[in-house]
Amino acid sequence: MRRLLVAGAVLALAATACSSSDDRSLTVYSGRSEELIQPLIDRFEEETGISVTVRYAGSADLAATILEEGSSSPADVFLAQDPASLGTVATAELFTPLSEEQRSRVPSRFSDPDGYWLGISGRARVVVYDSTNVDPSELPQTEDGFTDPSWSGRVGIAPTNGSFLAFVSAKILLDGRDATLAWLEGMAENQSPTFPKNSAIVTAVNDGQVDTGLANHYYLLRALAEDPEVPGRNHFFAIATAGSLVMPAGVGILASSERTDEADAFVDFLVDDASQRYFAEETFEYPLVPGVPADDRLPPIETIPTPDLDLSLLATTLDEATDLVAEAGLL
Amino acid sequence: MTEPGSIVEIEIPAGVPAAPPGSTEQRRSHGPWYLWVISLLIVCVIAVPVTSLALRLLDATDAAWQSLLSWQTVRLMVRTLVFTALVTASATAVGVSGAWLLARTDLRFRRAWGVAFALPLVIPSYVIALVLISASGPRGLVADITGVDLPHLVGFPGAWLALTLSTYPYVFLITAAALQRVDPALEEAARGLGASPARVFRTVVLPQLRPAMGAGALLAALYTLSDFGAVSLMRFDVFTRVIYAQYSGRIDRSPAIVLSIVLVAAALIVIWAEQRTRGDGTLFSRKPARPPSVYRLTPWQRAAGTTFLAATVAAGLVLPVAVLSAWLLRGLTSGIDVTIPFDAIAGSLTGASLAAIVAVAASVPIVVLAVRYPTGASNALERAVYVMFSLPHITVAIAVVAFTVRYARPVYQSLLVLVLVYAAMFLAQATGPAKASLLQIDPALDDASRGLGRSHLATMARITVPLMSKGLLAGGLLVFVTALKELPATLLLRPSGFTTLAVRIWSSADELLYTQAAASALVLIAVSVVPVYYLSIKPKDVVGV
Repeated sequence: MRRLLVAGAVLALAATACSSSDDRSLTVYSGRSEELIQPLIDRFEEETGISVTVRYAGSADLAATILEEGSSSPADVFLAQDPASLGTVATAELFTPLSEEQRSRVPSRFSDPDGYWLGISGRARVVVYDSTNVDPSELPQTEDGFTDPSWSGRVGIAPTNGSFLAFVSAKILLDGRDATLAWLEGMAENQSPTFPKNSAIVTAVNDGQVDTGLANHYYLLRALAEDPEVPGRNHFFAIATAGSLVMPAGVGILASSERTDEADAFVDFLVDDASQRYFAEETFEYPLVPGVPADDRLPPIETIPTPDLDLSLLATTLDEATDLVAEAGLL
Repeated sequence: MTEPGSIVEIEIPAGVPAAPPGSTEQRRSHGPWYLWVISLLIVCVIAVPVTSLALRLLDATDAAWQSLLSWQTVRLMVRTLVFTALVTASATAVGVSGAWLLARTDLRFRRAWGVAFALPLVIPSYVIALVLISASGPRGLVADITGVDLPHLVGFPGAWLALTLSTYPYVFLITAAALQRVDPALEEAARGLGASPARVFRTVVLPQLRPAMGAGALLAALYTLSDFGAVSLMRFDVFTRVIYAQYSGRIDRSPAIVLSIVLVAAALIVIWAEQRTRGDGTLFSRKPARPPSVYRLTPWQRAAGTTFLAATVAAGLVLPVAVLSAWLLRGLTSGIDVTIPFDAIAGSLTGASLAAIVAVAASVPIVVLAVRYPTGASNALERAVYVMFSLPHITVAIAVVAFTVRYARPVYQSLLVLVLVYAAMFLAQATGPAKASLLQIDPALDDASRGLGRSHLATMARITVPLMSKGLLAGGLLVFVTALKELPATLLLRPSGFTTLAVRIWSSADELLYTQAAASALVLIAVSVVPVYYLSIKPKDVVGV
């Protein structure tokens, strides 16, 4: 009797496993966190009937995983926080090009010029400052002003964080290797306090541990949502440099995927108006589809000075960025 | 530490043999073949990450090797070892003091204190760090309530406090267990010969506790050495930070792997040092005839002891729960949505309980071989378990990913691999109590069973394992509680779509969504209360190692 039950259970399991593979399903590798993305995915499942399995981890981590898995990756779609991780997968020729229609939804400066990945939301690099201690008029026009001795010990940075490294990669492309190393050494010489990640910088500014810090713009808005009393404020650099760059989070479809219809539907979904509004209202990022407004406390994305940079090149200087950060003694 | 010579005289009291007597047959034998087959399977599982690491080292680029040979590496390693030593010293001091107060004195409400004192075990160290950062400083919770301006608790003091609070419960549980087994006859003899209570403690009790203290200190040291979350939040620079920086800042994973062998080497040094000072650990292998005597505290001592317990519990348990509750309340009153993470609760319970079951099952053959058939091979097997425990989780995870993606594709990203890795990493926590319980079982019982015609296997199944059940349960619960907190390996090895409470706490806090992070953390603490309650009221079953 017991054996019969076990056999029955095995059969039932096998049956469900088979039937689920007949259904429409999709595997997404997401370098964006579960807290921010899962509500969106739930809505996608509801609207399309496609069931989505998501693997959440760091963007660079997942890019390395996809490279390791190669052409037999279980992933259909890669959703990443930064152009460098997407570019890494694109360079390895593991993405398939996106359709013209998908590419036309988003201004071309936020996507891969060859069409292998698409920006879905924007994250501006900003200075977060403690409004009780710092007068915004004191703040420099570009990140280069922070190597001045007057800022000694007052600027928090997250040298091991993906967003910071993407910024350093951009700086290498814009200003050259030497100028970037000099800037990093200047920050090190200034004893700039280092943090493990952006969120820790914003918390430290709000707690009064450090006067300012380099971070992405939306962390402060989230801190304000949790506690409206916090004294931190965002400052946008006035001159176009790597420090004023809007970095897109983006998406690409794996060339090895056999579920291209479902993957296409998912990419379409991420750049439809409702999802773009979700990014504006729930994650406080910049929507990239024109016509969808950002949070009204933010300057419009068109007014942020933007350097002329091909974002797909960021992947080529990422390892060099880590080398320079180490060479400057910030690791 | 006392000189090695001073313990030798009393290390093996009359009537307590150094090794439990086995039957003549057992002492000569290597043990039944099937135990070895199972053990070899376990060794294979353990060997996967180690071999895979070695293979990755052969592949590593020159640049990766260069990162190893810099002054920065040396400086950080020294700093890391000093930090580990300081945390281990304070965790041992706190854990042993608490154990003595709660196991051997007439302090009141000892059971309730014991549970509260052990509970910080379940709070992940990065949560303790977050909470300490949030509560300190002129704008922190403590300053808000008391009006006293506190300095920011960051850097060395913050990291030291956070890790001491996270690790002392290991020392406490193991030492409390040992204290209950100490034979009162020795102390009475010393008192009878005119020694003062302080001198009795120093010269009689403490040396007997050395094996347990060593085992607890070892767990604390290895935990500290491989911790990343708490030290990085406290902005205290240690070796793990460089490994993570290389790991997260590059597509090439070999520099991270090369650097992590330094950490493995450091862990091996710590294990070796502990074994050198341990003795043979069989002091409390037999139940003493009587329970240990209870020390009557003077009113002054009682007040000091209560203050000490209250301060530790306040910092390690009350403060975290208060801060988490404050975050949750603040979020709920300002209308932030909080979901109860049912999928994460299910994931945590599934992963941790399967890990506990596998670890307990694996501990039986290892311990039976080590205790009943002590040979070089069975001894090496037992040590391999400790080496595994000492490896940094991120290193193990990278190695296992690299191995499974290439050579074991069907189980790549499966729950099976995650559970096996949990079980392998935490096996030492199961073998410790299992060994202690087996040491108490008279081998004559085995012989009787065999003499009455039962096979070896039937004897194990019907006699040995049931008699070991309390130790197995305690070991399983320790593995369960530790696996619940695990983060780095879970992140890399989990099946797609699988999540745990520890992962949710980390990712919520990472996005500054403190309300949700607090909700998940409070659930994690609630889930762990029952196992910790059991462990702290039955410390006898936990006896380490």
